[in-house]
Amino acid sequence: MPQSTNSGFSAWLKRDLLLAYRRRGEAASPLIFFVMVSTLIPLVLTPEPTRLAMVAAGLIWIMALLATLLSVEGLFASDYQDGSLEQLLISPQLLPMPLLGKITAHWLTTGLPLTLASPLLGLMLSLPTSGYLPMLCSLALGTACFSLTGAVGAALTVSLRKGGLLLSLLVMPLYMPVIIFGTATISYAIDGLNWLPPLAVLGALFAASVALCPLAVAGALRVTSAH
Amino acid sequence: MSQLPLLNVDNLAFERDDDCLLNNVNLSLNAGEIVQVEGANGSGKTTLLRLLTTALQPSAGTIFYKGRALAECRYQYLSDMLYIGHQPAVKLTLTAEENLRWMVNTEAGVKHGSNADPHGIAAALAAVGLSGYTDVPCYALSAGQHRRVALARLMITTATLWYLDEPFTAIDKQGVSFLECRLQEHLDQGGAVVLTSHQDLTLKNLRNYSLSSQAGQVT
Amino acid sequence: MSWQWFHRLGSPRWFYQTSTRWLPLLALIAAAVLITGLVWGLAVAPEDAKQGNSFRIIYIHVPASFLALAGYYIMAIAGAVGLIWKMKLSFMVMKSAAPIGAALTFIALFTGAIWGKPTWGTYWVWDARITSMLILLFLYLGVMALQYAYHSGDAASKAGAILALVGTVNIPIIYKSVDWWYTLHQPATIKFTSAPSMHIDMFLPLLVMIVGFYLFYAVALILHTRSEILRRERKTAWVRELVEPRAGV
Repeated sequence: MPQSTNSGFSAWLKRDLLLAYRRRGEAASPLIFFVMVSTLIPLVLTPEPTRLAMVAAGLIWIMALLATLLSVEGLFASDYQDGSLEQLLISPQLLPMPLLGKITAHWLTTGLPLTLASPLLGLMLSLPTSGYLPMLCSLALGTACFSLTGAVGAALTVSLRKGGLLLSLLVMPLYMPVIIFGTATISYAIDGLNWLPPLAVLGALFAASVALCPLAVAGALRVTSAH
Repeated sequence: MSQLPLLNVDNLAFERDDDCLLNNVNLSLNAGEIVQVEGANGSGKTTLLRLLTTALQPSAGTIFYKGRALAECRYQYLSDMLYIGHQPAVKLTLTAEENLRWMVNTEAGVKHGSNADPHGIAAALAAVGLSGYTDVPCYALSAGQHRRVALARLMITTATLWYLDEPFTAIDKQGVSFLECRLQEHLDQGGAVVLTSHQDLTLKNLRNYSLSSQAGQVT
Repeated sequence: MSWQWFHRLGSPRWFYQTSTRWLPLLALIAAAVLITGLVWGLAVAPEDAKQGNSFRIIYIHVPASFLALAGYYIMAIAGAVGLIWKMKLSFMVMKSAAPIGAALTFIALFTGAIWGKPTWGTYWVWDARITSMLILLFLYLGVMALQYAYHSGDAASKAGAILALVGTVNIPIIYKSVDWWYTLHQPATIKFTSAPSMHIDMFLPLLVMIVGFYLFYAVALILHTRSEILRRERKTAWVRELVEPRAGV
């Protein structure tokens, strides 16, 4: 009969935040990537504001996706290498909560900064004013989905060398519904339609991910780190 | 009153990729006893330890803790067990003190929801010879010092069953005798240890258990 | 009693020996059905009013699409059975199903492109069906790539099974999302098939072809699984006996 215990969620959340803070240069690189690549866009497409505006929403989403993919590999890599993951897997706590703590820390250090930086990008890419709020809301939910689903991919490839590219291949199809509804939220707003329905679908995807991904990650970690 | 053995391994077998790594492993451990698992490299010593920690699932056989199968009492068993493997589970960007505090908190937090006693941690680090290094981030420490941080855990843990995989690697002669002392202390207090090592140990109640390199038969 | 049957089913040797007996017949039936369907569809069925003869590609395109999707579910179910009941044979079936399904998905995309050229003047169109097929291809490639990346056969199978199950949950979501996305940007004009509104003379050969493709899939899966069994069980006595006498002859 389990005694009263903490679930491990806040412990692992705080520790991962502390570890990210100690390596804050590294932790900031997805954000820097996000901003830098957006300066490439006008160079390759056009600096014309009206034409940039047509593609702004989609491009910001793609860059958020790529930036998250870059960072999600590191979710379990360091713990796997120094043995912390092994210790987590044999601890009496149920796995999903500590894992959710880790994934939340990942979102707080990747997805949330991206979301907060997105208005800056919206400005640089001439996003129409009506698109800013939908962009913030959809990116907040969407990057959370990216972290959760990306964690499944990271768990499946944690013991592989050069798992990063494989991780992207595995996880990309799973990201597509998120990106479809995320960009639709912004497009609807720009076209003057009610943008809450696609946002609601995004919310549903987020809810499903929070419920299911930690379980999938736990199962995958038990399988892959045993070998 | 006959006491049930603390740990009882019954006919354990482990297979991976159609290779039988372990077969017919039978082992029994009471409080105060220590088993040293011996065998050539690749004979399955680490695999056996990992099966005991439930990191791996056996292909056949059962492990009993205080008479109950693990499947029934997983929580109690894992709360009462400690494992130190080849990797010391030390985060490089944290200091020795922070690392040890995390390890103890994880163990204690599971049991009492409480925080680790800071004096206990400082004392433990001093005991393993790291008293000057408590605030040094671990990337500045050597591999041997990382090992000592992991072993400091043995000073303050409340776990009864200790599973140690090659605990004497990367520590000097002084460290070896220190660890032996600590193991003896733990056994005298009613704990039990299963370890793998090539070292010759002088401990009371020591039994050897040999795994031959073919399918782990008892020799 | 019934569990005995179930566990016998899990024996690779039993599968190999039973399939040796039944495979030739199954292959014959599959070939017969496919040839019937092809001749009927390609030669005998009437021309389409709008598309002329180019619509006949659906006799390959549609069955391939069905099997591509069904094949993913078969692969995922094989993975689930392997994970839950720890059946090695099930994992072998899962591993064999992946390249077959991927090939069928590719055939569906390829024939779709061939159809596209005379119909819309372009080989590639971002319509909902084709886009979903493309994503399905990526899902297949992911399962294959993950299994090949692992040296350990056990880890490869279990990781592949987990990924296949994650993909299974996502497929309806992906299909629905892409469908919805497509209606945002293009009104539905030409559909690849609208089976009820198809003339019965064109529909019947399509049914035959679908059945034929299912049979073909079964044959291909059994063949592939057999070779996987031989590879995995190569150290056992019964496999060596199979191989050695033939080499001596």
